[in-house]
Amino acid sequence: MTDKNGFFDLSKSTLSRRTALKGLAACAGLTLAPGFVRYSQAQSSAPIKIGFQSHRTGIGAAYGRWYEKTSAAAVKAINDAGGINGRPVELVIEDDGTDPGRGAEVVGKFATQHKTDIVFGTLFSHVVIGSAPAAGENKIPYFVVSEGHHVASTKLNRYVFQPGITDVKSQIQSMAPWIAANAGKKVTQIFPDFAFGYDHRDYLPPALKAQGAEVIAQIAIPPTESSFTKYFPQIPAETEVIYHVMVGPAVLTFVKELGEFYGSNRPQLFGFMDSLEATDINSPGLEFLDGSHFWEGSPRYAQADDSAAQKAYRAAVGIDDNGAAVGDPKDVSTASHMFGCWETLYVVKKAMEDAGYKGPEDRAKLVEATEALTEFAEGPEHPQGPKTFNGKIHQCFGIQNISKVEGGKLTVVHKTKIEDGLYEAEGDYTTQAL
Amino acid sequence: MSEASPAKAYALHLGVIALLFALSFVLPDYHHGLLARIMVLAVFAMGYNMLFGYVGLLSLGHAMFFAAGLYGAGLAVIHLGWNVPLAFLAGIACGALLALVIGLLALRTTGVAFMIVTMMFAQVFYLVILYFAAWTGGDQGLVVPQPARVLSFGATSLDLTNPTVRYMSALALFSIVLLITLAIVRSRYGRVLVAVRENEERTKMLGYDTFSNKLIAVVVSGTICAASGAAYALLFGYVGSSFASVQYSILPLLWVLLGGAATTLGGLIGTVFMYYVIDIASGYTSAYLLIVGIALILLVLFFPKGILGTIRQRWLGWLP
Repeated sequence: MTDKNGFFDLSKSTLSRRTALKGLAACAGLTLAPGFVRYSQAQSSAPIKIGFQSHRTGIGAAYGRWYEKTSAAAVKAINDAGGINGRPVELVIEDDGTDPGRGAEVVGKFATQHKTDIVFGTLFSHVVIGSAPAAGENKIPYFVVSEGHHVASTKLNRYVFQPGITDVKSQIQSMAPWIAANAGKKVTQIFPDFAFGYDHRDYLPPALKAQGAEVIAQIAIPPTESSFTKYFPQIPAETEVIYHVMVGPAVLTFVKELGEFYGSNRPQLFGFMDSLEATDINSPGLEFLDGSHFWEGSPRYAQADDSAAQKAYRAAVGIDDNGAAVGDPKDVSTASHMFGCWETLYVVKKAMEDAGYKGPEDRAKLVEATEALTEFAEGPEHPQGPKTFNGKIHQCFGIQNISKVEGGKLTVVHKTKIEDGLYEAEGDYTTQAL
Repeated sequence: MSEASPAKAYALHLGVIALLFALSFVLPDYHHGLLARIMVLAVFAMGYNMLFGYVGLLSLGHAMFFAAGLYGAGLAVIHLGWNVPLAFLAGIACGALLALVIGLLALRTTGVAFMIVTMMFAQVFYLVILYFAAWTGGDQGLVVPQPARVLSFGATSLDLTNPTVRYMSALALFSIVLLITLAIVRSRYGRVLVAVRENEERTKMLGYDTFSNKLIAVVVSGTICAASGAAYALLFGYVGSSFASVQYSILPLLWVLLGGAATTLGGLIGTVFMYYVIDIASGYTSAYLLIVGIALILLVLFFPKGILGTIRQRWLGWLP
């Protein structure tokens, strides 16, 4: 059979200049066509989109702003080093108003409209719990930086992870040995009468008991309370340590009135930095805290023995030696928690690389790859310290800092061990279907 | 206001239901999911409108009825292991009972006092939820487990977490409540309610027991709101105290004012409008509530009776 018109006879064809130009133009046109661009990028260099559920407004706004700053710094560092699997990372931010109803809608928006690869960054527990069903239903991995025990309780679902910050149960348990050995054996707890306070109410007594100390009184203060003096007579006289975890704007009044109640002859004070995140420790009324101790996730103030990784992290995020924004000393950071955003993004990077993640079709692989992680070494990716990760409960465990207020600063006086915060798993997410 | 023939009114409402049904097949995924949520909350608005629009009783505590349905259904699944239909009925029953008790007490007052009393009862309800945190999850709330959110009919089962099933379930609830609302407002009883709103003393003088009529309206309104709350818990899988907060008492008032008080479709229009203004504005600025506020002011200026209320006043006097 011969080809009479010579269409298939390449030997007879000659490539004219016009034909060559047409061919080049066609190739260029194809390359520039939107559809082709999308196709080619999806295979190679399209950004990995991370939906950032941010508390831009509502009660969590102070945290939200610093979570955004930290996450932006981490994304820049990751992109400067080549991205994830050779692809740049892009943060897509939506405000959840620190509201669980809106939070669930935002997770749905990331999954179905923005079509992000994962959702990330939520802090407030009620928003995490309200949003978790939407993440599970949309089968989109949801990496939270919340410190609540809800993830590790295994009451959520297989798509929810907390690999960048320890949970409050672990934090409380880690504090008990130091309190019993250094502050006192008879402890009175003062806590807000809602879920955050209940974690401390429920987890501290058994942890102290294991150390030979005891909680002798628990004083719950209603969240709407604005004056606290009437509660202080309930503090038993034999109290050696007051363990306080008041949060919100009323904390300044709480500390001031506690100071007026006790004067210079007070028991030891131990608190959680959640009370004073984004608040200057030298604010008027907080003088009474001088000499007291606090839990800190990551130290607010630069320490003499800071690692190179910690220094690099602080520089990248833009916080000065006092833990405030560089150039604005009044803009105090949420240092105890926001490091979790940095570390979580590096966990996501590691898990995506392990899974060979290419796109949303690999989300199940990403879940399994995250569950397979076991350890995170201290370094530029984990500047707060080393961690272990329990893939069954989707929760990391790490060191904690105990800092003393002295000279208007917080100085770390003790670092706990990872083992101090370990507890028995309450369930196993890996048994759930993907 | 001129009277529409029953066929015209029902045709309009069936047309809206048909439109919502058709939208299920053409809407992009995100808007599909959002509209399911809007329809459930529009039921909340319709329940609120029953009392506010048709009886003229402005409640600032309807979040408690929504939350009664939410917790009634959610806790029945979480703690008692009840199936979806039973839990849904439990939620409705909780709302109806609560509305009966609140109605008996709050209807001793009128006007501003009624607003304050309902707000106070709602605050008590909110604090009760926080107080019994061991069962309610307090301010954090509880997740309704995904495997429990299945509607079984013998051998077949419908997964309420499936987007299509969820949309159709929301549409079914919305349609039933819309048609019930339409039937009520067109009935003799509905006219009595409007008479109470317009002049309670004259209605009494004509021989009507206005207290009983108002009490029935509170119970119907509370029951519809509870149905919305129960559906929310079962369709979206979360029960939390924020849904019992004062914010969720204000929201249905805003939705109804926007859409048009005493219009059967106003609840839907207002809810859609508010949802999309927030959704779109929040994509541009964190000051989106400012934009919402400006939108509300403009609406009050140019649509003082709400969107549908103004349309009815100016052009379509027959709108129910």
